[in-house]
Amino acid sequence: MARALINVPKTAKRGQVIEIKTLISHEMETGFRPDRVGKLIPRDIINTFVCSYNGIEVFRADLHPAIAANPFLTFTTVATESGVLDFKWTDDDGKIFAEKANIVVE
Amino acid sequence: MLLSLLAVLLLAPAHAAEIPQAEKKSGYDFMTPETKAMQDELTSNPGMLTVLDGEALWNRKTGAANRACADCHQDASNSMKGVAARYPAFDAARGRPVNLDQRINACRTERQQATPLPPESKDLLALSAYVATQSRGMPIAPPDDPRLKPFREAGEKIYELRQGQLNLSCGQCHDQNWGKKLAGATIPQAHPNGYPLYRLEWQAMGSLQRRLRNCLIGMRAEHYEFGAPEYIDLELYLMSRARGLPIETPAVRP
Amino acid sequence: MMTDPTSQRRTSRRRFIAGAGALSLALTLRPADATPESMQAAIREVLGNAKLNQGRVKIDVPPLVENGNTVPLSIAVESPMTETEHVKKIHVFNEKNPLPQVATFHLGPRSGAARVSTRIRLADTQDVVVIAEMSDGTFWTASANVIVTLAACNEDVI
Repeated sequence: MARALINVPKTAKRGQVIEIKTLISHEMETGFRPDRVGKLIPRDIINTFVCSYNGIEVFRADLHPAIAANPFLTFTTVATESGVLDFKWTDDDGKIFAEKANIVVE
Repeated sequence: MLLSLLAVLLLAPAHAAEIPQAEKKSGYDFMTPETKAMQDELTSNPGMLTVLDGEALWNRKTGAANRACADCHQDASNSMKGVAARYPAFDAARGRPVNLDQRINACRTERQQATPLPPESKDLLALSAYVATQSRGMPIAPPDDPRLKPFREAGEKIYELRQGQLNLSCGQCHDQNWGKKLAGATIPQAHPNGYPLYRLEWQAMGSLQRRLRNCLIGMRAEHYEFGAPEYIDLELYLMSRARGLPIETPAVRP
Repeated sequence: MMTDPTSQRRTSRRRFIAGAGALSLALTLRPADATPESMQAAIREVLGNAKLNQGRVKIDVPPLVENGNTVPLSIAVESPMTETEHVKKIHVFNEKNPLPQVATFHLGPRSGAARVSTRIRLADTQDVVVIAEMSDGTFWTASANVIVTLAACNEDVI
């Protein structure tokens, strides 16, 4: 199972631009590497990342094999209201890794 | 450039004095600011993913004994603090030193009655990283155990031995030429103070033995099997040579 | 990750020499002046018939990296990020990897700022090109050159 590390401020002022950091364990196999007998190792990457804030998408990233192993992403969003940030990473097999974080907006 | 440095190395004496304490530098000190930041910020250090895996394993019951590490050792932040700074330690049953990985596997087979974890496996790296992280920031302090002396000396012999097709010793690079360039890379002092660590070259976590294996291949020398006594002796010597440097696990290295 | 780490394969002489050759080559190669075709084609796909303007995009990437496997990249685009005026997408391209695309980031007024960062792979010394797609339909760009050095001692595949 993939493991993710998420950094979201626990509290923020309404209207404040907050920075979110995410890190997830994934080999991001490019599909261009040969194995020991010279056969290409099949591509297996996380190709999409989505962050939703109380159900509304606020950030999305389309990723290609040039993203380093264990994808690291930082981005910003406006702290609008207290609630839940949902994080979703989707890989080439359509497998979804999900995480969430709570935020209190004052 | 590579050839000229090789020429220098080949002409250099095989044995030189250990680096004085005041001049000891962690591999961290030779890194770019970007790589340092990757290690320093725990929220973006990729090695932390492995440490978190280790924490989960620490608390998971396993083996025929259905026992978790935590059942005996409780809170690792307390019980494991300083452990990585003093390993390898002498194991009376084996009559020789064991490193942290071997200690973890001994616990697994003897206390948890589980199968030992294979070298460089995700789970072994995770447990070992979790245990070592509890010593982050603590100075390396090899135990003053007279039983370790012959093994440490055996390790030093390997370190000073000219070997491989390039006829190089570890010391020729890491004692006599540290700080200089080998192609684009700066030669560090070879201190094992951040293992297991996340190496950008590997895009993964790896153990000190994987790194030593990598060095031996670079020297075009025969490398040892994972877990070989030679690696443990070498680790013992390297830890004594790195005395006083802080544990950085999970370190990041290029 | 790769294959079985417990294998005890030895480095062949040929492999070492090939590695050493690649190493000296990497040190002497100048970055190509011409931008490779495939990247231009990928950029045209994003641009359509629109004009590409220089500016507004700031790329923060180390000029020289110790390893091309994990290169930190930060991007900031000048924009008020309001409902009527914001960055819609940030596209990242490279010249010399097998594929020209690196990533596309989708932003909007709720982003508050147009600031993203990630870590990328660069197979060789090359230019990284960033294109910001604005809500008014304009495109802005900047590029940065990164010199990639290689590890001195090659490890065989484990």
